[in-house]
Amino acid sequence: MEKSAFFNSKLLPYLLLVPQLIITFVFFYWPASQAVWQSFLREDAFGLSSEFIGLENYQALLAQPEYYKAMLTTLVFSSLVAVLSLSIALLFATQADKNLKAAPVYKTLMIWPYAVAPAVAGVLWIFMFHPSLGTLARPLRWMGFDWNPLLNGNHAMTLVVMAAVWKQISYNFLFFLAGLQSIPKSVLEAGAIDGAGPMRRFWTIVFPLLSPTTFFLLVVNIVYVFFDTFGIIDAVTGGGPAGSTTTMVYKVYADGRLGGDLGSSAAQSVVLMVIVIALTAIQFRYVERKVQY
Amino acid sequence: MVEHRPWNDIIAYAILTFGVFIVAFPVYLALIASTHDAATVVGGNMPLSPGSHTLDNYYRAIFVGGSRTSREPVGHMLLNSLISATGIAVGKIFISILSAYAVVYFRFPFRKTAFWIIFVTLMLPVEVRIYPTYKVVSDLHMLDTYAGLILPLIASATGTLLFRQFFMTVPDELLEASRIDGAGPFRFFKDTLLPLSVTTIAALFVIQFIYGWNQYLWPLLITTQDSMQTIVTGIKKMLTTTDELAEWQLAMATAVLAMLPPVAVVVFMQRLFVRGLVETEK
Amino acid sequence: MANVTLRDVRKTYAGGFEAIKGINFEVGDGQFCVLVGPSGCGKSTLLRMVAGLETITGGDIDIGGRIVNQIEPAERDIAMVFQNYALYPHMSVYNNMAYGLRNRRMAEPEIDTRVQEAARILELGAMLDRKPRQLSGGQRQRVAMGRAIVRQPKVFLFDEPLSNLDAKLRIAMRVEIRKLQRRLKTTSIYVTHDQLEAMTLADILVVMNGGQVEQIGNPLEIYQKPATTFVASFIGAPPMNLMPLRSDEIKSQFAGDSRAAASDAGILGIRPEDFVISSDTIAGGIALGLTVEAIERVGAETFIYGTRELEAQGVAANPGELPPGEVIVRIPGAIAPAIGERIRAIAPREKLHLFSADGRKRIDL
Repeated sequence: MEKSAFFNSKLLPYLLLVPQLIITFVFFYWPASQAVWQSFLREDAFGLSSEFIGLENYQALLAQPEYYKAMLTTLVFSSLVAVLSLSIALLFATQADKNLKAAPVYKTLMIWPYAVAPAVAGVLWIFMFHPSLGTLARPLRWMGFDWNPLLNGNHAMTLVVMAAVWKQISYNFLFFLAGLQSIPKSVLEAGAIDGAGPMRRFWTIVFPLLSPTTFFLLVVNIVYVFFDTFGIIDAVTGGGPAGSTTTMVYKVYADGRLGGDLGSSAAQSVVLMVIVIALTAIQFRYVERKVQY
Repeated sequence: MVEHRPWNDIIAYAILTFGVFIVAFPVYLALIASTHDAATVVGGNMPLSPGSHTLDNYYRAIFVGGSRTSREPVGHMLLNSLISATGIAVGKIFISILSAYAVVYFRFPFRKTAFWIIFVTLMLPVEVRIYPTYKVVSDLHMLDTYAGLILPLIASATGTLLFRQFFMTVPDELLEASRIDGAGPFRFFKDTLLPLSVTTIAALFVIQFIYGWNQYLWPLLITTQDSMQTIVTGIKKMLTTTDELAEWQLAMATAVLAMLPPVAVVVFMQRLFVRGLVETEK
Repeated sequence: MANVTLRDVRKTYAGGFEAIKGINFEVGDGQFCVLVGPSGCGKSTLLRMVAGLETITGGDIDIGGRIVNQIEPAERDIAMVFQNYALYPHMSVYNNMAYGLRNRRMAEPEIDTRVQEAARILELGAMLDRKPRQLSGGQRQRVAMGRAIVRQPKVFLFDEPLSNLDAKLRIAMRVEIRKLQRRLKTTSIYVTHDQLEAMTLADILVVMNGGQVEQIGNPLEIYQKPATTFVASFIGAPPMNLMPLRSDEIKSQFAGDSRAAASDAGILGIRPEDFVISSDTIAGGIALGLTVEAIERVGAETFIYGTRELEAQGVAANPGELPPGEVIVRIPGAIAPAIGERIRAIAPREKLHLFSADGRKRIDL
C-alpha cells in the first residue's frame, strides 16, 4: 500500500499539506472540538459567561420528550427511505442489467435526479402534493383521503419520505447496476445449467453476491437520511406540523435558531457525531471483507 | 438472463419506462408550472400541458424577482451559486491534490498521522458541526461572503482520498524514470502526474460542483442578506412569504433554473460523473 | 443412449456475421469428442449452442434422440465446465456441487451420497467446507468438474477448462480428465485451442476454422492424412512444412504415380520428423539443400530451422525451383549441425503430402 519510489525533500511535503491542514483544522477540528466542549457547558442568556456542568446537558436532553420524538422520527424516516429506495432501485437496476439495446439511455435517464438539490426536490414534491394546488393531491382527495400534509403529521411524513426516496433512487440504482455488472456472466450461466430459473438464480446467486453493495448502500442511505434530507424537510414541512417531521439534525438547527441553548444544541451535535462515526466504522469494517471472485 | 423468452425484454422495458416516468414526473410538472400564469397554477386545476407564459415567467424570475416581495432576482442568485459551487470544486481539488501528493510521494515524520488527521474528516458532514462552524466563520468576519460559503465545505477528505487512490495506481517506474531524467518534485508533478490526473480531476470537479451547488443548510445559516442567497436557498424563501400567496409559477421557474446546471453536468459528463461517484465512495 | 448429433447447424448474428456455417457430425454414446481450432473459429460458440446458451439460427442439435433447439439449458440434461470455472463464490465447495441437485429437488441424503462420491473421485474430501477463493486453480477446476459429475448428465461439455492452469498442471489434469471420462462413460464434447490436448484426449477430433469443419476423424488419422493445408499445419508441432509447387514441378516430382495427373499447381507438405539428414539419393523422394539458421534442442530431439535452395531428386529434366523459404527438420537426439552449415535433408515419396493449390483438398494416391 505504499509507493516504493519517492522524493526525499524535507520541507516540501509539509508545505504541500499546509493548505489542507489549515482548512481542516479551522473548519473541522476546531468547530468539532468546540461542539464537544460546549456540550459540557451552560451559557447564560447573553453568552457572556459559561459554566461547566458535566453531563447535565445530555441528561436534560434524554429527559426531553421532543428529543425522543426526534430520534423516533429519524429512525422511522431512515428505515422507510432505506428500504423503499433500495428495493425500488434494485428492481430498476436488475431490469437495466439485461442486455437491452436501449440500456445506456435508460441509465442516463435514471441517474440525473442525483443532480437535483434535496431542497429543490422538496419544493417539487410539495408542489405536486400541496393540499390546495397540488396536481396529485386532487386524485388523493378524490379517492377519499383527507390529504393535508400541512396539518396531518403522518401525511407530512409520507410526503417527505416520498421526496427523499425519489431523490435517492438514482444513487442506489447506479451502485446496484455496477454491482450487478461485476458478477461474471458465466456464474449465472452455470446456475442456469444447474437447473435454477431466473428468480431462483436471483435469490440464491445474485443477491448474495450483491450483499457488499447492498450493505454499503444501506449505510450510505441511513447517513443520507440523517443529514442530507435537511433540505427536503425544510422545504416541504419546516419540521412540522407539530414536530412530526423533525429529525435529529433538524432539531439541532431549529433549537439553535430559536432557543439559543447552545449547550443543548452542542450536546445534540455530539450525539449525532457519535452515531455517524459508529455507522462509518461499521461500514469500513464490513466493506473490507468484500467477496472476491 | 440466460433463457430466451421474448416477453422478458418487454417486461424489462415496461418497468424501466415506468421508472423513468416516476423519476421525471415531478420535474415535468415543474416545467409545466413554470409556463403558466399565477392564477392557473394556484387555482388547483393546472393542466398537464405547457402554457403560454414561459418567457414572461422566466424573465421575471431571472431579472425582476418576486414582484410583491423584496426577493432577489434569480439571475443574481444563479451567479452566487455558480461562484460558490465552482469555488468549492476548485478549492477542494487544489488542496487535496497537493496533500495527496505529499502523502503518497514523500516520506517524512508524521506522514501517517497527517493522513489520518485528514481521513477522519470523512466521517462528519458539515451538518453535524453547524453551530460551532458558524461561530468560527462569524469570528473570522466571513458571514455573507463567498469565502464563508466555500471554505468550510472544502474541509473534508473526499478529494484527498480519491487522489491518493489514483496516485497509488500510477506505476513507480514513471517516477524513477523522471528522477533519472533529472526532474525534481515540481517538474514530476507538473509534467507527469498532473497530465495523468486530468480525468480524475474532472470527475472530482463534477461531483464537487454538484455537491456545492446543491448545498442548503450551510448557505442558509451564514447568509442573511438577500444578495448573497444561492438559488437553492432562494427557492425556499420564495415559498415562505407570510403575507401573500407564494408565487408558485415563479418558484417553479426558479426550481427549473436551479436544476439545470447540475443536471446538464451529469448528463453531458455522465462517464466522469459515474466514475467520480464510484471512486469517492469506495 | 446419449449421442449428440449436429445436422447442418448454423448461427448468424444480428449484424449479419455468420459464425457457424453449416456443421454436421455425430458423437456416439460415451465418446470423447474434441473441437479444436484457432481463436475465433466458432468452437466455443458451437459448444454453447449445444448447451443452450446461444440460440441456433438453422439446423438441428439432437441429444439422445431428442431435438433440443428450443429446450432451455436446464432441461437438456447436460453439465458444463467453464474456462474460468464459474464456481459460486459465496458457496462452499460442498454447496457448489449440491446446488444443481437441490434445484432438482433431490433428497438431501442422496445429494450427500453423490457429493461425497464425487469428492472422493476428485480428491476434494478435505475441502468441502472451503470457499472457492481459498482454493488453488487446480482445485477449483476439480470442483467445477465435481459440480458436473454429481449431476450424472447425458453429456459433459468442457469449454477450454485447462487454459488457465500452468503447463505442468495442464498435463496432469489432461490425463485425469481422460481417465475420469473413461470411467464414467459419459458422452463428452471438449473445446480447446491446444492441438496437443486435442490429440491426446479425443476419440473423435473435429478441426474447425472460420465457422466450418475442416476435418473430422480420429486423431491419428487426421495427423497422418490431413485433409487440408490448414489441418496439416494446425495439427502437429512444429507444423508441417508446406511448399507451393508449380504444375510442371508436380509432374516431375510425382512422375510415375497418379498424383502427377493432377496437373495444376499445388502444395507439397512434409512433416519435420519425416526428414532425414543424409547425402544419399532417394528415388522418387525429395532432397533439399538447407543452410542452417537456428537450432532448438529440447533434450530428446532437436529442431533445425534451415533455408532452402533446391535440388529435386529423381527428376529427369529441369529440376525446377522450389521457391525459397524456411524448412523445419526434426532429428532425434541432441547432436546437430552448426549454424551456417549446409546440410541435405531427404524425405521418401510415401511421406510426401500433396494438396491442391488453394490448400482445400488433399490429393492422394
